[in-house]
Amino acid sequence: MIQSLARRKRAKVFISYCALVPFLVFFLFPLYWMLITSFKTDTEITSLKGVPLIIQGKPTLAHYKKIFFETAYVTWFKNSFLIAGLVTIITMAISILAAYAISRLRFFGSRHFGVGVFCTYLVPPTLLFIPFYKVVGALGLLNSKWSLLFLYPTLTVPFCTWILIGFFSSIPKALDEAAFVDGASYIQMLWKVFLPVAAPGLIAATLFAFTVSWAQFLYPLAYIYRENEMVLTNGIYTTLIRGDVYFWGELMAGALLASIPVVVLFAFLMDYYIAGLTRGTLR
Amino acid sequence: MAKVILENVSKNFGRVQAVKNFSLEVDDQEFLVLLGPSGCGKSTTLRMIAGLEEVTEGKIYIGDILVNDLPPRDRDIAMVFQDYALYPHMTVYQNMAFGLKLRKRPKEEIDRRVREAAEILGIQELLTRKPRELSGGQRQRVAVGRAIVRQPSVFLFDEPLSNLDAKLRVQMRAELSKLHNQLRTTIIYVTHDQVEAMTMGTKIVIMKDGEIQQVGSPMEVYNYPVNVFVAGFIGSPAMNFIPATLVQLEDGVWLDAGNFQLLLPPSKAERLQDLKERRVLCGIRPEHIQDKAFASKRPKGSTIEGIVEVVEPLGSEVFLSVRSGGHTLTARVDPQTRAKPNEKIELVLDTDRIHLFEQETQRRINTE
Amino acid sequence: MRSIASVVNRKSSPSFLKILRSRRYAAYWMVLPLFILIVGLVVYPFCYSLYLSMLNKSETKWVGLKNFGRLLGYGTFWLVVGNSFRFTLIAVFFKATLGLALALILNNLPLAGQRLWRGVSMIPWVMPLALSSLGWWWVFEPTHSAINWVLVQLGGTPKPWLSDPFWARVSTIVTNIWFGTPFFMIMYLAGLKSIPESLYEAAQIDGAGAVQRFRYVTLPMLSRLIAITVMFSTIVTFANFDIVRILTRGGPRYTTHLFGTYAFNIGIEAGHLPRGAAVALFMFPVLGLAAFFILRNIARGEE
Repeated sequence: MIQSLARRKRAKVFISYCALVPFLVFFLFPLYWMLITSFKTDTEITSLKGVPLIIQGKPTLAHYKKIFFETAYVTWFKNSFLIAGLVTIITMAISILAAYAISRLRFFGSRHFGVGVFCTYLVPPTLLFIPFYKVVGALGLLNSKWSLLFLYPTLTVPFCTWILIGFFSSIPKALDEAAFVDGASYIQMLWKVFLPVAAPGLIAATLFAFTVSWAQFLYPLAYIYRENEMVLTNGIYTTLIRGDVYFWGELMAGALLASIPVVVLFAFLMDYYIAGLTRGTLR
Repeated sequence: MAKVILENVSKNFGRVQAVKNFSLEVDDQEFLVLLGPSGCGKSTTLRMIAGLEEVTEGKIYIGDILVNDLPPRDRDIAMVFQDYALYPHMTVYQNMAFGLKLRKRPKEEIDRRVREAAEILGIQELLTRKPRELSGGQRQRVAVGRAIVRQPSVFLFDEPLSNLDAKLRVQMRAELSKLHNQLRTTIIYVTHDQVEAMTMGTKIVIMKDGEIQQVGSPMEVYNYPVNVFVAGFIGSPAMNFIPATLVQLEDGVWLDAGNFQLLLPPSKAERLQDLKERRVLCGIRPEHIQDKAFASKRPKGSTIEGIVEVVEPLGSEVFLSVRSGGHTLTARVDPQTRAKPNEKIELVLDTDRIHLFEQETQRRINTE
Repeated sequence: MRSIASVVNRKSSPSFLKILRSRRYAAYWMVLPLFILIVGLVVYPFCYSLYLSMLNKSETKWVGLKNFGRLLGYGTFWLVVGNSFRFTLIAVFFKATLGLALALILNNLPLAGQRLWRGVSMIPWVMPLALSSLGWWWVFEPTHSAINWVLVQLGGTPKPWLSDPFWARVSTIVTNIWFGTPFFMIMYLAGLKSIPESLYEAAQIDGAGAVQRFRYVTLPMLSRLIAITVMFSTIVTFANFDIVRILTRGGPRYTTHLFGTYAFNIGIEAGHLPRGAAVALFMFPVLGLAAFFILRNIARGEE
């Protein structure tokens, strides 16, 4: 009886692994396809002979060399880092203060304000990019990467504030009372108790702010046409396609390299990311 | 080292009045226990003393200072919370030092005071650990330690033992009493557990619905409960209450409970002259009811008969539920009892220890 | 704001009020940046967008609702409407079911394996969509790419993935499913973990088989979570831009456009900002409705 239970359990695991395989193939195939393409020579990419699913000829780094030395790729990378980094800092500063005030220092209208934050977090970029075009233009920031510096926070701040409200609210009330009795001011309470205790939430929010900024495509595509001001997403897309000529090798190399920072961040901070995502959505 | 005085203190939450016109003087070095069922306003009272709740009306003094408008940090108090509220990201040492650090005390002084407190509580080896690595009892000690380090003039405890298991609770009770003797500081302690109140308190305040029912030493509230609520709340198992009528016959004053009658001792009867034919509640504690067969000495008091319903042996004693007429009585009898469910039993009620309450007002009728 | 605070607290003693008020002031200062951001960069642009959508192309003349009316008269616009709904409904349906299947599979794995494969399964969601869409674009490339080669090897015929309306729609939807399934999976997995094991044991003792346990324990326990996740995904899917923009640019012949890409096409590329704003505003009722349902569900959960 016991043996058969154990055997059944093992069978269940085995079947589950089998069922997982199609999903993994579906999820990973495009990435694999991008990866091998980026190492194939141009002739092999366009050749119709043989099996395209493997690298048949000699792998080459030509595409990587080309994006690094013949395009503005390095500049885009720098721009992406600069913008995503600054946006993250701005986002965290705004979100931490707001989330702390909303979740703890109850003030007139704080509940409604929380709902308002949630609603703005549901506003997708496609809804407002047209009026933003005028706003960006009025500020003289068309064709400038700095325009992104105040557009991205409209996407990151509401979400980060929302998940931080969640994390802050889960800190037991007695903890601030203890700090209060211990003689902490509101700022000391935030700095010395809330931030360290809600560290997982802060990590998650930081990660979100960075990845969302890194991945944004519509805003840079709509407002930035000068190559040196571009970020990775629109840079790769707009400059590696010349009319009908697609530089597949360069495109794949550029897209993969550009994905690495966020995927690596995710790999190291997966648990925080998932906790933040599920709590931000479900609370 | 300070007195705490509350003068006509009230607290409203919206329309709900949580604490009503509460006046109390807590003497210096007193171990005062606020006791009552949940929702009676005892925690709110404590939190008003701490400065965590605003006082709606009335005045609170700590020492000689009116503290109504002072934030907690200026009240010279320390508090131990129900779930300890230890800062999870700090070590035990940092937890204990936090309050002093915020007050910008010199490092050496902080260090000395933390180590002293740790020694008092026997937690020296835990100083570098984080709260999550501690057991419940150890966390409890750290929470107390955090309060001690501050050397406040008043300690506030908000149900600090309710999250501990039974065995640890007994141990911590003794330790807190010891600590009180050692520190000689005013302690105000909130609990719903009457055993904690009885064992540790030098004075007990029993509260219900935001109002003080009785203030007194543990033995006072046990021996002379002022009303039915206090009588029923203090003591475990709870006091038995039997509705009865006072009847004057030639041989003395009798309590007529319907199917049995009890003759009151002359000392009590004297005081009841003007209460003839009054409806009363007769209260008697389980420990004052004995199994007649095993009543150690010559049984004193009146005997009644009943049917045993439940027998609960606890080893050192046995609780019996006995049905007699329309009443069910709990008796706390000698473990040798041979009582069995559904069998007859004779019980002796110690009429000297009977408490009488007016049925209408629920107040004690003074018979002493 | 000051007057409101003091009215509320007039009854309390004066200097406790001061502390409270200082706390309130602190709170107002702390939310001020967020407030400015929301009003200045969300509320104002939205109102401005309403105004803008009522101007003529050169933004010199007030034309009322003419832009909206014109759009409603275009066959192309109705293609966009139809395709947006089709795209959203089909993609969300597949994401929701595949996500559930994947979550159940992962939940069966031993913990170490679960952690690893959960992480791997999240990659499509974590990767910037614009960049992975480039990869899919290459996957769907008709002559040199892998997918048609595999089809031929399996005895099928190559498909004109991005140049035929039907297959182009399939391509964009498949890409969206690829991107969004992990999101559903991670939500469901969190939900599955929160179902107490004892419920399954009780059901087992009551004689429920695996299917019945799923039907009578898992599904009901997840229902609120499924509803919220579906609504979230509906918003994100409906407002998608990256996939269609990169794979098809709305083509062939406007058959794969979504509101977002069509608004971009008209407003930015064709330079008719007011009409582009009108296109984007057509999304608002659907987004508002979904947001309303999410809020209601969340409020219900808090009760």
